[in-house]
Amino acid sequence: MARVVVDVMPKPEILDPQGKAVLGALPRLGFTGVREVRQGKRFEIEIDGEVTDELLAQVDKMAETLLSNPVIEDYEVHVEEHTVAEIAHEAGR
Amino acid sequence: MKIGVVTFPGSLDDVDARRAAEVGGHEAVALWHGDEDLRGVDAVVLPGGFSYGDYLRCGAISRFSPVMTPVIEAAQKGMPLLGICNGFQILCESHLLPGALIRNDHRKFVCVDQRLRIERVDTPWTSAYEQDQEITVVLKNGEGGYIADEATLDMLEGEGRVVARYLGRNPNGSLRDIAGVSNERGNIVGLMPHPEHAIEALTGPGTDGLGFFTSLVEAVLA
Repeated sequence: MARVVVDVMPKPEILDPQGKAVLGALPRLGFTGVREVRQGKRFEIEIDGEVTDELLAQVDKMAETLLSNPVIEDYEVHVEEHTVAEIAHEAGR
Repeated sequence: MKIGVVTFPGSLDDVDARRAAEVGGHEAVALWHGDEDLRGVDAVVLPGGFSYGDYLRCGAISRFSPVMTPVIEAAQKGMPLLGICNGFQILCESHLLPGALIRNDHRKFVCVDQRLRIERVDTPWTSAYEQDQEITVVLKNGEGGYIADEATLDMLEGEGRVVARYLGRNPNGSLRDIAGVSNERGNIVGLMPHPEHAIEALTGPGTDGLGFFTSLVEAVLA
């Protein structure tokens, strides 16, 4: 089983009102010096098979067609070493 | 004419849109997001609401509903298609219209009687209006900020594809005060404000929105 992560972020030039709201809240909680917050989404995808170029191309297609909107967002695809089940198993030991 | 109004899980304004179609002199046909054909309708309205709970992005899941396959196919052949609010978001996600709609710049939900100027009147949804006619209809959205890159905005303005523009204070951060746009041909229109809530004096700010539902007849008879 392959575990692939897709990070989706609003493009730098696109206004990010949610990030702005978080940025506004941090100083009220006593966190100083924070200059910018951008809020995005992280998708953890577990998919049958080994990590191959073909599989990554498939995830790239998912990211482009559904997970992100190319008009307002950029995405990056990363491969993760372990599946969620493996991580849970490790943590439980 | 038969106007189909699609109900997605989470649609809110489908009943008002059907009523507006009937008050406009048409037969309203309820379509379901799982339908695979359009039941012989002549035009389709994608109504407002929170289809699929606005999960992922507004309109992103709806775009892949079974009913959208025949809707997109028919619209590309010239069938009149109007997306209101969430429907406009679905049209942008479907790439039938350029640009995208993002969260209001002031981060609050807005619900107001909004003045608009109708700037394109050669579409099947707006032919009942005079060029640059000013109307007041309801505007209610959380993610109504229309954005596109400068080149796309210039193209929309240059080709006369801005259908409606906000008057007065910009209510949601939409670039160049754009409230609605169309495809080149004009049969596909996306609009953030809600004309279907302004068709009867008793329940809305007036009847200025009715033109969107009487235009179809004029377009056919013209």
